Amino acid sequence: MRGRDRWATLVIVALVLGAAFPFYRAVAGSLTPEAQLFEGAPLWPSPPVLEHYRALFAEREFWLPIRNSLVVAGATTLFCVTIGSLCAYALARLRFRGKALLLGVILAVSMFPQIAIVSPLFLLLRSVRLIDTYPGLILPYLTFAMPLAVWLLVGYFRQLPAELEEAAMVDGAGRLRAFREVIVPLALPGLAATAILTFVYSWNEFLFALSFTLGPERQTVPVAIALFRGQYQVPWGQVLAAAIVATAPVAALVLVFQRRIVQGLTAGAVKG
Amino acid sequence: MASIRLEKVWKTYPNGHIAARGVDLTIADGEFMVLVGPSGCGKSTALRMIAGLETPSAGRVMIGDRDVTALPPQERDVAMVFQSYALYPHMTVRDNLAFGLRMRGAAPAAIAARVEGAARALGLESVLGRKPGQLSGGQRQRVALGRAIVREPLVFLFDEPLSNLDAKLRLETRAELARLHRRLAATMVYVTHDQEEALTLGSRVAVMREGQVEQVGPPLEVYRRPATVFVATFVGSPAMNLLPADVLAGQPPGGSPFGAAATLGVRPHDIAVVPAASGDLDALVDVVEPRGSELLVYLRLGRSGGGPEIRVITPPDLEIAPDDVVGLRFDRERLHVFERDTGQRLGS
Amino acid sequence: MVAPAVVTILLVALFPLTWTVWESLHLHDLRMPWLGQPFVGLENYAEVLRDRRFWGAMGHTLWFAAASVSLELVLGCVLALAMNRTFRGRALVRASILIPWAIPTVVAALVWRFMFEGLEGWLTHDLRAWVPVILSDVWKTTPFVALLLLAGLQGIDPALYEAARIDGASPWRQFRYVTLPLLAPAIMVALIFRTLDAFRVFDLIYVLTGGGPGTATEPIALYTFNTLMHNLRFGYGSALSVLVFLVTFGLALGYIRLLGRGLTDVRS
Repeated sequence: MRGRDRWATLVIVALVLGAAFPFYRAVAGSLTPEAQLFEGAPLWPSPPVLEHYRALFAEREFWLPIRNSLVVAGATTLFCVTIGSLCAYALARLRFRGKALLLGVILAVSMFPQIAIVSPLFLLLRSVRLIDTYPGLILPYLTFAMPLAVWLLVGYFRQLPAELEEAAMVDGAGRLRAFREVIVPLALPGLAATAILTFVYSWNEFLFALSFTLGPERQTVPVAIALFRGQYQVPWGQVLAAAIVATAPVAALVLVFQRRIVQGLTAGAVKG
Repeated sequence: MASIRLEKVWKTYPNGHIAARGVDLTIADGEFMVLVGPSGCGKSTALRMIAGLETPSAGRVMIGDRDVTALPPQERDVAMVFQSYALYPHMTVRDNLAFGLRMRGAAPAAIAARVEGAARALGLESVLGRKPGQLSGGQRQRVALGRAIVREPLVFLFDEPLSNLDAKLRLETRAELARLHRRLAATMVYVTHDQEEALTLGSRVAVMREGQVEQVGPPLEVYRRPATVFVATFVGSPAMNLLPADVLAGQPPGGSPFGAAATLGVRPHDIAVVPAASGDLDALVDVVEPRGSELLVYLRLGRSGGGPEIRVITPPDLEIAPDDVVGLRFDRERLHVFERDTGQRLGS
Repeated sequence: MVAPAVVTILLVALFPLTWTVWESLHLHDLRMPWLGQPFVGLENYAEVLRDRRFWGAMGHTLWFAAASVSLELVLGCVLALAMNRTFRGRALVRASILIPWAIPTVVAALVWRFMFEGLEGWLTHDLRAWVPVILSDVWKTTPFVALLLLAGLQGIDPALYEAARIDGASPWRQFRYVTLPLLAPAIMVALIFRTLDAFRVFDLIYVLTGGGPGTATEPIALYTFNTLMHNLRFGYGSALSVLVFLVTFGLALGYIRLLGRGLTDVRS
């Protein structure tokens, strides 16, 4: 490495350490016995215990919020990718008046502050008795996940040469068939990236989940963790154990698909 | 096989661009028609309207006796070779070739037989199991060609299929296309911006400009009797010289019968270099470009070089250098005269 | 195929928003159902303008957005430049970037709260409580900003640097006259995405400080949430919502103005 790039290496090392340190503290904390946590957490517990993880599932029934999050994020992702890909394909390929405006609206909607629609959504869900139900979370999630998915997918579909589906149409496939046989297989990486991003956003969502659930039966992981309470004070050991458990699935997804995600994120933002 | 007819076809895009302004064109059964013109002249749009990839804003498209104006591509029985080849990257060569037959519901055995046949004809047997990404440019081109051939369609459409090949491969494929046309005797429509390709391949050539057909005819006729100034300068290389017709006026013998209201066209090949003062005009040599089998000489009219520029092709062994003053003799049989304001050809 | 897209988006976007506006023109208190839901015109808005807690929350939000976004941009730029140079340990670097971004904000906030609770007197001090708030946001999103900027950097033709070097430009001048102008669009995108994001900060502060001590770190989204879901004042809360929306919309409009050409042109 050239000498004048040494600063770059230093910056990168700082980045990796800085990113990792809070995780290290969280992992260490989740393995530290409650008594030691009271006295100010040590840098490394001796001996490390798995007590908090056991308590998390045995006493707190933490599998409930995990189940809820999986159902809600999974269903949202499924809807967004299937319906969203058809919308995005139409937007990417068909020429029609007002398309630019429509794309602008989609972009604007994906940037909506969620707080601005909490009150009508709450009243609406209450009036149709969907508060504290799965559909009562999935429907609100679509308001932010769908525009995001459409926006990302439009970008992916645009990258595919129009000549490919034209060739398919000349070869005798109808538009839908060309979409299914040629476009979808080719856009698979993009669809995967969109699915992952949608899933991650839905898994992490907090405001709607906090507003539209009433109790543990339907609370998602972030809400459950945020509302953890002990008898006298915050049960940090269990909270941190829960944090690690909540992080694990998204971290795993991200590590496996990191290249795709990077493409998805930057395509959505830089190329517009 | 079938003839194709475009009847007063217009195409206006949503952004206001007009790509076709009343195109009238008849392509006979079994003909190799080349649409040629500069980029943006509407040739590709015309081809895509025949394919059904664009719908005309007005006018009719006929294939055989059938009005196909409103039919989607899959119901037209046409095959198309795209500029980018548009091979399906996720399918093997075999699946690429079979796709069109599969979409039309052909029996698997028939598909296999036709694919094998086409692969054999194009020398693709050894790569049938590969994907397009693993092929060379030439092989991809052949797969694109094969995909059209297996279909045995009414009409073949080509959208600049050679422009992504290197020069040598382009010449080879050009010859192959000519052979293919002879063998299949199918109706083929071929779009290119390369006038040389147009002249060598076409049974007939349609020169297009700004959404209109300027001239249709056999290549030699278009070359020898260009109907307009545009066709005259577009077809033939180096381009035809254009001069005010009165440069010859008062010059012996006879001068121009058309006077100042006309433009005189003369191809660089139709001018001979002679000793100064012994030709129709004198000119000053500016640049000499040896081109192997010939010289391309740039000159300026007048002994002092103050007149318009003119290009001349001479034999390669001519002794000529910049700043020489030479005479030019025009081949009187091959002068072209155009009306100056309209650019239309005058006389024969 | 277009129609369902349009309908969905209109339904999803405009219908609830219109409802919020309608709601904001009424007195609607779920704790006092006997009051009914009388139309009160702009009275809620008038109350908002006299509401000190609202102005405080607005101030906190702006301050949070300005502080965190400017830190993230500067650090993100340095990071992106560094990442553009080094080729070792790509996977590790990418993981360090993506994991903080991908984990739930709630989790990030909790971990930072855990680290700062051990330190006496930070979370209980009006001003010092901002330190963990801003630090955790910087920790979570700087890598993401760096990622956007890195994509911009990688789009710059390396031949330009060679040309600049031949022209005798120093590294600083190369940065100043080649990198910075060509990176400007990416910087703008990152800036505005992050500003809009910072403006609706909720999870982070809800978990980290709960808006406290008192209301010292309460952002506008949290105030609105408390008004709606704790005090159940839907009319007044909706008026707050509308104002949040208008401010965000104004920011986004500026965004489209500055970059919109490029944005919509690319896609249409």
